[in-house]
Amino acid sequence: MKPAIARSSITPRFSETPAIARRLLEERIARRLLAGVLTASLVPLFAILIYLVWQAAPMLSWGFLVESPRDGMRSGGLWPALLGTLYLVGAALAVATPVGILASVYLNEYARPGRFSRIVNLAVINLAGVPSIVHALFGLGAFVAFAGFGRSILAASLTLAVMSLPVIIASTTEALKSVPQSFREASWNLGATRWQTTRHIVLPNALPGIFTGIILMVSRTAGETAPVLFTGAVFYKSIAGGDLFAYNLLDQCMALSVHLFTVSTQVPNVPEALPYAIAVVLVATVLGVNALSIALRVYLRSRKNW
Amino acid sequence: MVDHILAVSDLTLRYGDQTALNGISFEVPRFEIFSIIGPAQSGKSSLLRILNRTIDFNAEARVTGSVLLDGEQVLTTPHVHDLRRKVGMVAPLPVGLPLSIYDNVAFAPRLAGVKNKGDLDGLVESCLRQAALWDEVKDRLDQLGTRLSGGQQQRLTIARALSHSPDLLCLDEFSIAIDPVTTMRIEEVLRELKSKLTIILVTNLIQQARRLSDRTLFLWNGSIIEQGTTEAIFSDHPANSLTFDYIRGAFG
Repeated sequence: MKPAIARSSITPRFSETPAIARRLLEERIARRLLAGVLTASLVPLFAILIYLVWQAAPMLSWGFLVESPRDGMRSGGLWPALLGTLYLVGAALAVATPVGILASVYLNEYARPGRFSRIVNLAVINLAGVPSIVHALFGLGAFVAFAGFGRSILAASLTLAVMSLPVIIASTTEALKSVPQSFREASWNLGATRWQTTRHIVLPNALPGIFTGIILMVSRTAGETAPVLFTGAVFYKSIAGGDLFAYNLLDQCMALSVHLFTVSTQVPNVPEALPYAIAVVLVATVLGVNALSIALRVYLRSRKNW
Repeated sequence: MVDHILAVSDLTLRYGDQTALNGISFEVPRFEIFSIIGPAQSGKSSLLRILNRTIDFNAEARVTGSVLLDGEQVLTTPHVHDLRRKVGMVAPLPVGLPLSIYDNVAFAPRLAGVKNKGDLDGLVESCLRQAALWDEVKDRLDQLGTRLSGGQQQRLTIARALSHSPDLLCLDEFSIAIDPVTTMRIEEVLRELKSKLTIILVTNLIQQARRLSDRTLFLWNGSIIEQGTTEAIFSDHPANSLTFDYIRGAFG
């Protein structure tokens, strides 16, 4: 018979029982599996970017950015399309951002919670899922025909604005909800009205979240093809290369997404690299605008007060 | 004849079909400290929210009865924002607004239209002094109010509540998040403030009510069990045996 004391002195205190061993194995499998899934989802992303730039390399140059197309689109640059996209996104942003933010402020800070605000919230979420071709048709009817703007930058950017409103409202709502209720109560206790509370306390602290919504919207609108094709984008428009003010709001314009579509499908004998080069510029434009918003967001977060 | 700043009569509050306050009546004499004690869920905080009408933000709440502040009907006054400026409110957990210390105190005066820098400076200093916080923060007024310690933040909220020169200062369990030493400092502050305004003190700390207040009201399940001078309530023979049990710690 061994004495009990001897046994406890040779058994390690943290022995690996079968149950613990199984848990550790599960943990290892889970870690590998999750890392694998992450890798699998990143690979296509980088593959696309690298493939695009690789294929586009022969065409990419400063001149490609700031010149007009020549030889029936087969050479020259894409300035009219680049500028057109900037105008469309800029004008859509100028309309959708204030309207979306103020609408969301009403929903969150003013409207009494109840059936009405629930229905509106539901409608907003569903509107965000409406296919863009439907918005395109709506824009054609409402802005081009009914409002009489004709096919123009104005009509196209208003269509894009309508399309992105739900996205902005939904993300602003999330941002407003993230501001603690106790801040509002403290402000009300001091005799502040709802608007004073919103203006001085809620909005400044919701700004970083609101910017997230705007970033999403920019990415989406810059790449949209159907809505602008229906309401204001044209196959070719001649403007002075490099001129920032070449369009006015009632002009028709070219757009990168439409340009990519037509060059790839409607023009025979284009250089192989051209569609890829257009795609690279489109992606770079979106990333550029996003980088700007992200920088602003990071700056605002660094000033976060709580 | 005692001069009452606040007269509540037959006040009833319902949330949906739940009764939070059940026809309570009491009066608060001017320039006194008035304690409201009672266990959680007895309706103490709801009562304070009625006094400055922030109960309005709860869509479920239905209030009936009468609340007269300086003779003016609180429940129906159209001047809600002016009313809230007459009632200073200090919450249980200190909520520094996400602004600088200076801006926290200057927030309410600015809303009321005070723009002159000199006036604001003077006001901020005097409020911070009254809340016994000035000496600790006078060199860093542009620092964030939310970065202060819990006890400092609570004194900041008191300074902020004083910034709109209220006639009535309500404190809702101001000491639950701060240490005993800071609590004693704030109690000292309250004793000094008593000469200028009336204080309603909602507290779970029975001994705090005993130390500070002139009158005490015992609220339980939305009804007043007993009210009177603090001396009488805390004597060996309060009118209601429930009061005696609660104060001796037999329940609650």
